[in-house]
Amino acid sequence: MSAFTDDMLKSMANVERTRAARLNSTPERFTAEEKEALLQAFHPDYSTKGFKVLEVGPNKGEKAPVELAQLLEGKSLLQGVAVDLERVDYDVDVLIIGGGGAGAAAAIEAKRAGADVMIVTKLRMGDANTMMAEGGIQGADKGNDSPAIHYLDALGGGHYKNVPELLEKLVTEGPLAIDWLDKLGVMFDKEADGTMVTTHGGGTSRKRMHACADYTGAELMRVLRDEVQNCGVKILEFAPAIELLLDEAGKCAGAVLLDYDSNEHIVVRAKTVIMATGGAGRLHYQGFPTSNHYGATADGLVMAYRAGAPLIYEDAIQYHPTGVAYPAQIYGALVTEKVRSLGAQLVNSNGEAFMHPLETRDVSAASIIRECTARGNGVKALDGVALWLDTPMIEIIHGEGTIQKRLPGMLRMYKKFGIDLRKEPILIYPTLHYQNGGILIDANAETKISGLYVAGEAVGGIHGTNRLMGNSLLDIIVFGRIAGIKAAEKAKTVELGKLSLAHVDAFAKEMEAAGIASEVPSPKLLPVYTHGRNAR
Amino acid sequence: MEQMVTVYLLGKEYSVPATLTIMDAMEYAGFKLVRGCGCRSGFCGACAVIYRIKGSTELKVVLSCQTKVEEGMCVGKIDSFPVNKRTFNIEEIKATDNIVGQLYPEIFSCIGCNACTKGCPQGLDVMQYIAYAQRGEYEKAAHASFDCVGCNICASRCPAQISHSAVGLLCRRLTGKYIAPKCEHLAERVAEIENGDYVTLLEKLKNTPLDELKDMYNKREIEK
Repeated sequence: MSAFTDDMLKSMANVERTRAARLNSTPERFTAEEKEALLQAFHPDYSTKGFKVLEVGPNKGEKAPVELAQLLEGKSLLQGVAVDLERVDYDVDVLIIGGGGAGAAAAIEAKRAGADVMIVTKLRMGDANTMMAEGGIQGADKGNDSPAIHYLDALGGGHYKNVPELLEKLVTEGPLAIDWLDKLGVMFDKEADGTMVTTHGGGTSRKRMHACADYTGAELMRVLRDEVQNCGVKILEFAPAIELLLDEAGKCAGAVLLDYDSNEHIVVRAKTVIMATGGAGRLHYQGFPTSNHYGATADGLVMAYRAGAPLIYEDAIQYHPTGVAYPAQIYGALVTEKVRSLGAQLVNSNGEAFMHPLETRDVSAASIIRECTARGNGVKALDGVALWLDTPMIEIIHGEGTIQKRLPGMLRMYKKFGIDLRKEPILIYPTLHYQNGGILIDANAETKISGLYVAGEAVGGIHGTNRLMGNSLLDIIVFGRIAGIKAAEKAKTVELGKLSLAHVDAFAKEMEAAGIASEVPSPKLLPVYTHGRNAR
Repeated sequence: MEQMVTVYLLGKEYSVPATLTIMDAMEYAGFKLVRGCGCRSGFCGACAVIYRIKGSTELKVVLSCQTKVEEGMCVGKIDSFPVNKRTFNIEEIKATDNIVGQLYPEIFSCIGCNACTKGCPQGLDVMQYIAYAQRGEYEKAAHASFDCVGCNICASRCPAQISHSAVGLLCRRLTGKYIAPKCEHLAERVAEIENGDYVTLLEKLKNTPLDELKDMYNKREIEK
């Protein structure tokens, strides 16, 4: 018995009927004008709903997603709580908040530079979006490619809003990052002669997507975590940071943690701090499902903002074009872009391929939403509508066994719920995937607050307002390493004054003056799910 | 009215919708998950649970985010498993001299019961990759263990007390670093970058007027 409903199977028959013809014809790419019109009309970022203008803090007057704004203008978990800052539980050179790919890369470099390094993390070391990145990592290391071509691809994809100095670092140090990972023992897909197996991603003009099957992020994270453990970095798990500490001079000086088991506060004094807390998918902007990790709740943005660090492009969110729309058990999970890199087309309920499969993510998502809404060509799935991603095409184009070899994770995930994507197409709809914006840094990964560095998804500006596939795994390594090196270097000369939480009180006063009374605990730390159960 | 099933979560009876995963069912029941919940997509290995159908002798160990509830499930959790990872310096070790056996001598205690393989939620042939590691065939062990998510269900069932996930990871790092062919085009590009070959080009791009950049982007050649 098929896992699909009868109505879905009827529509699927259209996909199968047109497959042979579609194999020989790919729709044209959109023109620049078509893309702009699509985004304006159908991308969630361009909607007037779902955003709020910030009334306090460094980005006052700018808009942010409502759910993020509520946290940026929320109530500190330490408001009205007495924490004894004289009783320091840990005293280190470099404190890294977040145990994902960026935090791990930073830790390795800071440790190599001779610093005493500590990672604190909300869940386990390695529990992060890095672990879930499937498709690949960009790096301009082939003969027909160059960092300059990579720069142009990312700039156009990012709507020319990328901070030039950050993008320059990303593309120039890209091949160095691939080499660094290679030397740590990451198993990249290679030809017999050592040539990297690379593919396109949406919006790339060269095939520069390196991969480790469709476990790319997992493979990176496993190796990085192992290396962090090997090199003797102190790791404290299940202890999220809830506020940054500054010293009297305003330098970043550590953090207050919440121990999830004892429910007690932990004071960490650090000469420099690296914020590597990742993204915000679990805030479910505009009601979207998410491909993100359980802990992706923008904690770092909230803490840094309260301490006075400006954000950039906090209103630019990435909806991955292909999230799982069916079955219910994996609703919102990621279907890697690599599926389209390998030739699978996006197909509507009538069996028509309505767009080039490798447009940039924002354009692809907008085009899918248009097809499902304005054009009414979607397939009913669960509570919404969806489109087909014609996965059987991959085996026809590249030969039988390709999916098992290049997409084992996808194959396994669907198989567990009764769908064989080698034989049947799958149903997809955009899912909340990535925070394009974040905390503003300079080319040394440092913020406006002296001694506060940021790396990974918590950073804003590298990708403009739309990131290309494979540039996130790249940025966590490039900027993780930079942050680790620079934070360790600075820690050698920093003299800290008295620890202080005065910035938290000051922010609360600013809110009061603006007439905002919030009872929303912030940072959020973890989402709350009830799956339809009535509130107890 | 949606179809419900009766399950026993950490010893307590609940009626939950039949479409939910075990993880979702715990949240439906009111558990606020901190431990035993990670990526929620089957990639991180945080959420291993052990269950039997009430009255059955058979025990099963699965990832709770990747498994639907069934009538009569009695579920316990494996939130944290003490894997015995050895530390090493990747620059100093080599993929020879029985290095994996030296670091993990317990792999030679394998009694061939195959409980590891039977328990693997990823469907890996765990016992086979341990056998490869015993024989020094690290590349084979690397590929056979590649899809490991580190849930450590295998280790929890192993009478020889092997830390399989750590063994697989060591084999993979040895393969990636020492056994896989070297990539020449990468080495060349790294040398060029370290030589500063792209500095001028990037500087020029950073200072190119926006209209010109747009034109360059829209007209750029796209590799087939």
